[in-house]
Amino acid sequence: MMPFTMPSLIAVDWWALGAVIALSVGAMLLLVLEFVPAPPASNRGAFVTLLALLAAAGSVLEVRDARRSLFDGMFLHDGFTVFFTVLFCVIGAVAVLQSWDYVKRTRINHGEYYALLLSSTLGMVLMAASNDLITIFLGLELMSLALYVLVGFRRTRLDSSEAAMKYFLLGAFASGFLLYGIALLYGATGTTNLAKVAMFLADSPMIGNPMLIVGGLLLLVGFGFKVAAVPFHMWTPDAYEGAPTTVTGYMSAGAKAAGFAALLRVLLVAFPPLMSEWRPILSWIAALTMTVGNVTALLQTNVKRMLAYSSIAHAGYLLVAVVAGGLDGGSAALFYLAVYSFMNLGAFGVLALLGRGAEERVTIKDLAGLGFRSPMLGLAMTVFMLSLGGVPPTSGFMGKVYLFSVAVKAGLIPLVIVGVLNSVVSVFYYLRVTVAMYMQEPGAEPVEIAWAPSAAIAVVITLALTLWWGVQAQDLLTTAQRSILGLL
Amino acid sequence: MMHDIPLAWMLALSATVFVIGVVGVLVRRNALVIFMSIELMLNAGNLAFVAFSRALGSLDGQVFVFFVMTVAAAEVAVGLAIIVNVFRLKETIYVDEINLLKG
Repeated sequence: MMPFTMPSLIAVDWWALGAVIALSVGAMLLLVLEFVPAPPASNRGAFVTLLALLAAAGSVLEVRDARRSLFDGMFLHDGFTVFFTVLFCVIGAVAVLQSWDYVKRTRINHGEYYALLLSSTLGMVLMAASNDLITIFLGLELMSLALYVLVGFRRTRLDSSEAAMKYFLLGAFASGFLLYGIALLYGATGTTNLAKVAMFLADSPMIGNPMLIVGGLLLLVGFGFKVAAVPFHMWTPDAYEGAPTTVTGYMSAGAKAAGFAALLRVLLVAFPPLMSEWRPILSWIAALTMTVGNVTALLQTNVKRMLAYSSIAHAGYLLVAVVAGGLDGGSAALFYLAVYSFMNLGAFGVLALLGRGAEERVTIKDLAGLGFRSPMLGLAMTVFMLSLGGVPPTSGFMGKVYLFSVAVKAGLIPLVIVGVLNSVVSVFYYLRVTVAMYMQEPGAEPVEIAWAPSAAIAVVITLALTLWWGVQAQDLLTTAQRSILGLL
Repeated sequence: MMHDIPLAWMLALSATVFVIGVVGVLVRRNALVIFMSIELMLNAGNLAFVAFSRALGSLDGQVFVFFVMTVAAAEVAVGLAIIVNVFRLKETIYVDEINLLKG
């Protein structure tokens, strides 16, 4: 038995933990505040959430240059952590702005909504910062449990509850795989610390050890569920369709980025020695994910569901970057995640504005004529769709160019061919939305647009980022490269 | 020691429990039974952790079990609430009959 030493609280670097502290204090504060009665139209929750997110992003930027290891190497504060913490906080802030009016309109304005939003953001931050399989598991569960509830937040509606149940059952199923994978890896290597796993594998290459292989595969299954990679994607369309639209946007950006953050750290820190094993597997998954996602998206009439399949397809593109690996692949993945997050958030933000009260008008037919009835909204949606399809001069184009060029450099020509063909296919269904907005007459009952100042700010932020990164991608690219450096 | 059970036996038990859990999730249609099967999978993981912890002579694995049990308890709270809510609205928890969302 190893000697048991009490971890010293004084030695903890509180600044490096600032984001975690701000988010957890914010979440708890929101729950306590629920004891103080507030009018139904109160913005209290949204305010506190925004403040907590700002504090978290600010504190992590305060110490961004220092690489620190906390809690016996379980929690790492490095460029990678800073990148993702800021990304999650901004995603969260945009989601709050989108939710501000939406939750009141759909009568789900409870303090728990924002508390859960903060908890899941905290889970995402922990996933990105963890350097230990167990803390990754804890972060993932914190994020997922909060998201299960958020998906079912419109609890008087069957679609929302059904989505929550499916998401929950499949998500928990995936957690089971992930946990068993972690247990097997612990048995095979004697540690769950990613750096120590890497050292162990480098010292004694035990490639043939079945426990290690099975453990790694189970881990991939678990992460595959979380990032919605085929064949573990079945929950995605249902969960995305049934969830409140603002939650859909938030989870499509945040949960996916968090899943990829953890996957990148695990693969690039712990498992480079096994690269020849996981590369072919992930290549197949990537090709399948892109193809199935895009082809199924073609058949959808509900835009939320279509975007769900589109997000599956984007997970496929991201997996290409992961397969490429190394400094280039990692920075391409980070770049693409940032770009994807905001164009997707923007698209769902526009959808969240459609409909009166709690009704949901998100089919392609509902969008008919929107471009003339609300030029601003039509323009924004068009830009998001073009960006998702990878058309210049949008950020989605830059992301795809960088991602595929990195993949070519890594010698993944077949994957790039599949990816480019898929991009072409995807433009078709993204353009269907644009065609409906500009070339079709609105139906008998045109959809009502629920404008609100906060939602308009969210649209402007996401639109500006999508266009800005389309023409001026250098800064983000440099940041992504710098952030990934600490990992390797 | 008389009570020394070989690691392989413990792992075999844990793997069996895990497979029962996986099969349960895949073949049963009652949300509660699916949920119980998922708990079996988590507990199989716990069992493997404890077994490895003993074999490796490190306490880490046993500590992780506490984390996992806490997570599993939180999962039960959330999961049962979701399932109860579905039952309230639909009066069934058979996943085949809960099929509003598709396409």
